[in-house]
Amino acid sequence: MATVAFTPQLRRFLAVPDVDTHATTLRDALETAFALNPRLRGYVLDDQGHLRANVVIFVDGRRSSDRVMLADPLSAHSRVHVLQALSGG
Amino acid sequence: MDMQRAWIATRKGLFELRRTTESWRIERISFLGEPVSMVLPPQDGKRMLVALNLGHFGVKLHASEDAGTSWHEVATPAYPIQPEGAVGPAWKLLQLWSLEAAHGIVWAGTLPGGLFRSADFGQSWQLVDGLWNRPERAEWFGGGYDVPGIHSICPHPQRQAELLVGISCGGVWLSRDCGAGWALQADGMRAAYLPPEQADSPNTQDPHLIARCAKVPDVLWCQHHNGIWRSTDNARSWQEVHGAPVSSFGFALAAHLQEPGTAWFVPAKADECRVPVEATLVVNRTRDGGRSFDTLRRGLPQAHCYDLVYRHGLALAADGCTLLMGSTTGNLWGSADAGDSWQAVSQHLPPIYAVRIG
Repeated sequence: MATVAFTPQLRRFLAVPDVDTHATTLRDALETAFALNPRLRGYVLDDQGHLRANVVIFVDGRRSSDRVMLADPLSAHSRVHVLQALSGG
Repeated sequence: MDMQRAWIATRKGLFELRRTTESWRIERISFLGEPVSMVLPPQDGKRMLVALNLGHFGVKLHASEDAGTSWHEVATPAYPIQPEGAVGPAWKLLQLWSLEAAHGIVWAGTLPGGLFRSADFGQSWQLVDGLWNRPERAEWFGGGYDVPGIHSICPHPQRQAELLVGISCGGVWLSRDCGAGWALQADGMRAAYLPPEQADSPNTQDPHLIARCAKVPDVLWCQHHNGIWRSTDNARSWQEVHGAPVSSFGFALAAHLQEPGTAWFVPAKADECRVPVEATLVVNRTRDGGRSFDTLRRGLPQAHCYDLVYRHGLALAADGCTLLMGSTTGNLWGSADAGDSWQAVSQHLPPIYAVRIG
């Protein structure tokens, strides 16, 4: 299963344990995490469901550039890191 | 209004102040390190709201049921899915800029220009479609920010369904039916930043802040980008106030709750510079509806002062003589005599976004 890990900076506001998922796309993996913790959605995505401007996601070490569709494919062993971008201060 | 308590929203947290016989002192700090864009003081002695603007994770709203002792996150106003081809800025919440409560409703003004209402003290929010869907919104533009924003919310103290908002840059709007319908009411204002033939356009005025006299609610004051305006007919018309000393440019204002002729302003050097004129901080006060002003400077820095007071940085208590003023440099001053004299409360706070007493 793919694993999604969230920046520990989010722990100031809510619990963010790693999430294991059978999802095959980045968006579906995030939806798995949001289903477990609905409040998390607003920290990662904006009103339009796009990746927040100052959040960055790495999939298997590669920075995701699709901030709208979040359609990056995941393999069964993908590691996804949801991090704060330094642009956010 | 609790006149012995104040709330300072800063770039690095929310500071609660208590008034002692001598001065104000910091009683408690909440959300240390987080940008606090606005605070709604306790409405019934207990329930209050605070808006955060997290650099990475967006706008968040927290509520307290015990006057700031403890907090829990509540719903954040959210824009609906943006229709294909919609004009104007993206339908994404960028900042909660104003919070007011009246007659059981909490109103939230935002960047990029949407007004939200909550009937359950922040548990849920509804975008006020009646204003958001106005075709005139396409002409609004940012003032100080990249996108338009609602900074002033003035409920009518007696008429429950009536509400006035000020928008930078989108003029002044009035609703008499709880936000269903809106009328643009900025006649008389003048925008020198537009081509001459558009200077009188009410829809693109830049009111920096609007405040109402509670006892005589037809009286409204406006610190505008191009000067000071006053209305005595509930915004049907606005008259420019000429002759403010030092400068008629500024952001903050405070309107006396009982005396319709009394208001305070913090002049600054317009408008690309935005520091105190001649690096000297003063407050202008009128007691006669703007016909004359006192320029108050006792206790304020009179040399090499580069503090700017943001539009929500000046607060007046219900007694009409207690004032607090906070600056972008993190200085906070208090006055107990209607501004005749000022005392430094703190000179080491983070940049101050908003000051509220209550």
